[in-house]
Amino acid sequence: MVTKLPKTDVVTIGVGWTGGIIAAEASKAGLKVVGLERGPNRGTANFSMKHDELRYAIRGELMQDLSRETLTFRHKSSQRALPMRQYGSFMLGNGVGGAGTHWNGMTDRYNPYDFEIRSKTIERYGEGKIADGLLIQDWGITYDEMEPYYTMFDKMAGISADETPLRGERSEPFPNPALIHGPELDLFKETTEKMGLDPFIIPAANNSQPYKNPDGQQIAACQMKGFCERFGCEYGAKASPNVTVVPTALKTGNFDLRPHSEVVEVLHKDGKATGVIYVDTRTGERFEQPAEIVAITSYTFNNNRLLLNSNLGTPYNPETGRGTVGKNYCYQVIVGTDGFFDDRKFNTAIGSGGLGATLDNFNADNFDHTDLDFLHGGTVIINQPGKRPIENNQVPPGTPKWGKEFKKQSLKYYNRLLNVHTYGAVMPHVNNYLDLDPTYKDVHGNPLIRMTFDYSETDRKRGHFLNNQTKKIMQEMGATHVSENESVEHYDITTYQATHNTGGVIMGADPETSAVNNYLQMWEADNVFVVGGSAYPHQSGYNATHTLAALAYRASEGIIKFSKDGGKLA
Amino acid sequence: MSEHDEKKLDANGSSRRKFLKNSGIAAGGVVVGGALGGLIGLNDKGGDTATKDTEPEQQDQALEYFTNRADFDLLGQATERIFPEDENGPGAIGLGVPYYIDHQLAGKWGINAKDYRQGPFFDGKHNPGGEVRLGEGQEQPNLGYQSQLKYHQVYDLGIEAIEKYSQATFNEKFTALDGEKQDEVLVALENDEVDIAGIKSSFFFNILRQSTLEGAYADPLYGGNKDMQGWKMKEYPGVQLSYTNEQVESEEFIEIKPESLHNTFFN
Ligand SMILES: Cc1cc2nc3c(=O)[nH]c(=O)nc-3n(C[C@H](O)[C@H](O)[C@H](O)COP(=O)(O)OP(=O)(O)OC[C@H]3O[C@@H](n4cnc5c(N)ncnc54)[C@H](O)[C@@H]3O)c2cc1C
Repeated sequence: MVTKLPKTDVVTIGVGWTGGIIAAEASKAGLKVVGLERGPNRGTANFSMKHDELRYAIRGELMQDLSRETLTFRHKSSQRALPMRQYGSFMLGNGVGGAGTHWNGMTDRYNPYDFEIRSKTIERYGEGKIADGLLIQDWGITYDEMEPYYTMFDKMAGISADETPLRGERSEPFPNPALIHGPELDLFKETTEKMGLDPFIIPAANNSQPYKNPDGQQIAACQMKGFCERFGCEYGAKASPNVTVVPTALKTGNFDLRPHSEVVEVLHKDGKATGVIYVDTRTGERFEQPAEIVAITSYTFNNNRLLLNSNLGTPYNPETGRGTVGKNYCYQVIVGTDGFFDDRKFNTAIGSGGLGATLDNFNADNFDHTDLDFLHGGTVIINQPGKRPIENNQVPPGTPKWGKEFKKQSLKYYNRLLNVHTYGAVMPHVNNYLDLDPTYKDVHGNPLIRMTFDYSETDRKRGHFLNNQTKKIMQEMGATHVSENESVEHYDITTYQATHNTGGVIMGADPETSAVNNYLQMWEADNVFVVGGSAYPHQSGYNATHTLAALAYRASEGIIKFSKDGGKLA
Repeated sequence: MSEHDEKKLDANGSSRRKFLKNSGIAAGGVVVGGALGGLIGLNDKGGDTATKDTEPEQQDQALEYFTNRADFDLLGQATERIFPEDENGPGAIGLGVPYYIDHQLAGKWGINAKDYRQGPFFDGKHNPGGEVRLGEGQEQPNLGYQSQLKYHQVYDLGIEAIEKYSQATFNEKFTALDGEKQDEVLVALENDEVDIAGIKSSFFFNILRQSTLEGAYADPLYGGNKDMQGWKMKEYPGVQLSYTNEQVESEEFIEIKPESLHNTFFN
């Protein structure tokens, strides 16, 4: 039995960063918004026991319960996909705030090159530069058009930073000064400056001072004691939906937040969504929530899965290249170099999730690719996140993995280890996509999403190139021992890299090659907005959230416009 | 905050007060989060409550998973070889790692409660950590855990296999072997030379190693890291609720006495 509820103006499926932003903006504009979130509600008061590496970082306390739902994975379509039974390469959010509750806080804008990647690549290098099989396309929006939305996020979150050389121009200064940092970041900065590079402190959502945002939400100052990535902040000092957009939406009186509400289907008729079906995860009761506008804000995997399971949109067919839903799934190439310092000791436990130094000299098209056989690049980073003891037992190459010598060296180097790594771009390839798994089901009996993904040649070459840069920098920094380069032969789903999964419901200017327009409005159902990293036509060499949050502001504007005038917004 | 607590904060020195002011938590008298509740009581670390000369009771050092003491002893000795006592301090046994593992196996991790557990499971014999045999041309690496065994079963089988291997190779119980021979058994385990039904032996070895490190460095709440000695050896300060600007920017390494969740919030 399904209980039919009264109609609302907007329903969001998931209340993480994107759902929270849309809820805040639409409810401020007077629209009635229902936020359906499958996980529990929670806030600052729930994080008092968070200094527990085992519970949160190792066992993934805040993450999606994989016993209910996961995805399946294979490297290529000739193989059988098997379920991701445990967490590895990325971790999925669950509960009000989504992964935004337990993100690190590094806040990167994408490069102006990204939004017009195809045109700019052809302009500079000619069409032959784009290898066969790559589905590189422009985003249907430019950096200049994105800029105001990035700035809205900066102000809402109180981003702390100073300058960002080689990135797109900003219309306003950052709302807060950069976080203070330790000598390891100075070492990185001084070394790379000497190498002729342009380092700077990463913009962070971990606030450097108490900050009141334009919506009146108070964010506290970061206490620099780590435990950010995979943890909620017990001070409310890291911008998360829980301390910003969710309370802002609730304050309007127009936002009805419903935790423990898992959406299983988007209802639609004649190219228009009519609402959603959701299950109360505690009682098992089913509800129909009718809505004028449906915002799908459930992160990349479920954005794709809900469309496919609801028969909404045209699935991508890798054989013919036709269809759009599931196309251009991308991830990130993450490689780096450990440096072991015999003559220096650092305060490894001190830091903040978003704290680090970075440089963009090897990112986007900031360097000449004429003589290189790959496109794009990656940002090069040294973090000072406050490293934890279970996860950090690195030893110099050649040291045994266990026993007396291992113990000795792992104790010695815990406070003598630095790491320089990259978030490398990944270019979309015809062979990489999302569709429904034919075998494995979730707890409700609905098909899981199936990921078919591996690095293509351009990704491998970019990975090698970037790993050589991180190694060179680490050697210049004076490390006594450095680690071997990492393999980028095949994507490894078992080791944590980053929760930056993108694509599948990509944006663009052409309904033939994209699923949503530049307001993230579906071409095939104009009252459906599919918001998130799912909209990225490719993955850039940056942390992923700032751009999807900016797009959520853009989508909110679209939703408000659509609620008045209807029709296609682009 | 009561006056009593204010005094405690004062008595603990200025850095907490600075932190309260700087954090904005109590800005304008408005408590922004739930953290303040946590602050109360955090300052009576050590001091008059801890009685150093009486041996603290270890009521949690008993078994809630293992039924046969011999299995538990074997486990303990294996973890000790992985993380041995040395001049830096205690090894796995001294840190309580075997109790940590026992308690984990009795809980939700031991039954893989948050893993995806629906079948079909594919050819567990070669899984996990190795290629999955799905048919000709279908081998692929990196698919993660695919066995239908639960972790407590992995441990049961692994311990049984270690014992069998010791008997077959040295004609001796594992716990009767000297350290070098025990290492030989563990090397065989690591190199997939020990037969374990359903999994590669390297997989059990890796899990055992990971559990050992967890037991050495997880908060003492879980039964290992006894008296925070794991953290002390590593010069890791444990639960610290804030660092000052001076500490963050310090060129020198700063020694900080570790604190646990218990000491910080429940003492
Ligand atoms: C450990 C970690 C560290 C990270 N660090 C960084 C960083 O430093 N910088 C950066 O840029 N990014 C970082 N990220 C990524 C960042 O968290 C995500 O990009 C961001 O949260 C995505 O926002 P979203 O709204 O798309 O998804 P989420 O924030 O995950 O929200 C989606 C919500 O939808 C809910 N949902 C899903 N399916 C359903 C359904 N069927 N019904 C109802 N609700 C549903 C989920 O429970 C979830 O709450 C990190 C992520 C992780 C996990």
